Amino acid sequence: MFDIERWQEIFDTIQKNKLRTFLTGLSVASGIFILVILLGFGQGMQNGIAAEFEQDAATSVWVWPGVTTIEYKGLNPGRRITLTNENYEFSTHLLEESIEYQSPRIFVRNVSVNYGKEALAYGIQGVSSQFQQIENAKITAGRFINYHDEISTGKVAVIGEKVRKDVFGDLETPIGEFIEISGIPFKIIGQFKEKEEREEERIYIPITTAQKAFNGRDRVNNLAYTLAPAKTFEETVAQAMQFKKDLKGYLQSAHTISPKDDNAIEVWSAMEEAKRFFNLTNSIKLFFWFVGICTIIAGVVGVSNIMLIVVKERTREIGIRKALGAKPWSIVGMILHEAIFVTALSGFAGLIFSMGLLEIVGPHIEVDYILNPSVNFNVAITTVFVLIFAGAVAGFFPAWRAASIHTIDALRDE
Amino acid sequence: MIEIKDLHKSYKMGSNSLHVLKGINFSVKEGELVAIMGSSGSGKSTLLNILGMLDELDEGSYTLDGVPIKNLNETKAAQYRNKFLGFVFQSFNLINYKSAMENVALPLYYQKVGRKERQEKALKYLEQVGLKEWATHLPNELSGGQKQRVAIARAMAAEPKVLLADEPTGALDSKTSYEVMDLIQKINDQGNTILLVTHEPDIADMCKRIVHLKDGVIIEDKKVEQVRASQYV
Repeated sequence: MFDIERWQEIFDTIQKNKLRTFLTGLSVASGIFILVILLGFGQGMQNGIAAEFEQDAATSVWVWPGVTTIEYKGLNPGRRITLTNENYEFSTHLLEESIEYQSPRIFVRNVSVNYGKEALAYGIQGVSSQFQQIENAKITAGRFINYHDEISTGKVAVIGEKVRKDVFGDLETPIGEFIEISGIPFKIIGQFKEKEEREEERIYIPITTAQKAFNGRDRVNNLAYTLAPAKTFEETVAQAMQFKKDLKGYLQSAHTISPKDDNAIEVWSAMEEAKRFFNLTNSIKLFFWFVGICTIIAGVVGVSNIMLIVVKERTREIGIRKALGAKPWSIVGMILHEAIFVTALSGFAGLIFSMGLLEIVGPHIEVDYILNPSVNFNVAITTVFVLIFAGAVAGFFPAWRAASIHTIDALRDE
Repeated sequence: MIEIKDLHKSYKMGSNSLHVLKGINFSVKEGELVAIMGSSGSGKSTLLNILGMLDELDEGSYTLDGVPIKNLNETKAAQYRNKFLGFVFQSFNLINYKSAMENVALPLYYQKVGRKERQEKALKYLEQVGLKEWATHLPNELSGGQKQRVAIARAMAAEPKVLLADEPTGALDSKTSYEVMDLIQKINDQGNTILLVTHEPDIADMCKRIVHLKDGVIIEDKKVEQVRASQYV
């Protein structure tokens, strides 16, 4: 291995058989290249899905009331369920331990919204101060609704980035401006950014104001919570499932709904959805591994094929070398040494090229569900070594066979 | 230099056995130039292959420079070939991707001679065969005669005890054949022992001794007056 003479001999051979070397190298390099790119995209998909879920808090739980479908305790199906402030408050007490943030939400409908003479067509939502954390909204100027606004039924509004652009685009800042909702002036106190533009078309006002000013009484359209994350993903999922079950159970009994009626109260847990997607990405990753390993096997077969041809092509040369005094092991060593050197070099070339590509192109990929594809370096380098080893094993048998051919037979080979 | 006693060799051809050499007794002293003649199938190439340790004998004994040659494995045979023997083949057997000089240097590589010394020696032997200017050329850029001269230089580079040539002029025209024979005679003049197999009488006449083989036995072994090849060149 460290015999400088043999290195020189091998460099000579490689230099003078460029095509052969190139083809061997290409099959190895492309195998590694494809594997790394596939693994990179597997990771990219996982990253992308994780990012999709980061739009809202990852542990958020939402309650959407619906219509009963099952007759229960003498009540007919087809009842529309309306949540109340009491439901909200009771649930937060009941499940206090696992809740991180909480907020009710009410949609203010059938109201006119004006800025000066301009009529605006944006959704008005009454929420509490912690809704910001639940939605993962980033405040870019001013502040969000706070507790004080809630208890004082403040006439304040927080607008989305899209609203600011559309309506207040000319102004340096919309903060301090007034919009009128059903003729009542609301002062703009903040603006926020979201990952999705759709969610930036909203105007938030305190829920207490929404209920009082727009005849909402104690009605609530949604309940939203986030849960304190547990140590592991699995535990957090389990906790979310338990929370969902408890919450649903409470709401069903509070509204006299059959426990079997899934329509009347819908509880949606981001964690549960996330788990489904993570399971999916795991399957996809597994599939990519499978394809990648098949590619590597194809690479190994390619290398052994080329080795077979190389040995066949060099049979006469091997005969000559043996006639000149080469020992069988030195023939095997020479062929293997060359094979390992070429495989290693091209394997690393494929590795560097593919990782470079992922590194350069990866961050610029803007496709839904694929984000920053990257690959674990240790995994990649291990595959290179596996390929080198496999190439050596694949090369050994033809090399050994060639070295054991009788010298005269080898010399007669045309 | 070479002592052969009661040498037998047969080849298995399916269920039949072909008895090629049927008791050869033969010795060569240092500095001899011996032609082994015979029609095809007479066993002359087999004899040369056994002498060259490329093939094993079935019966009898073979001593080369006082070393008994028997029970050789490939490794041992390779060692002896490298140490004792130089080969010249009818089809030259140069490695086609190596230059003339690298071809000549190859046996020295297997003697573990350093690269620099290898190249110096290779150049020296190429000069002896008159091809120093062609050192960097590949075999396919050389004529048949030049190739054979490179092959002879390669055989000599290892400084062998015996040079074995299997129809060295078989693939060459008469004029080139005589040039090659002239070279072989000069090498012999320096005291080297040379055995060559041929079926051309004029080539055999340029040796000092002719051994006739027929059907696996020596039928004639005579010293001859050497015809110098230089007069035809």
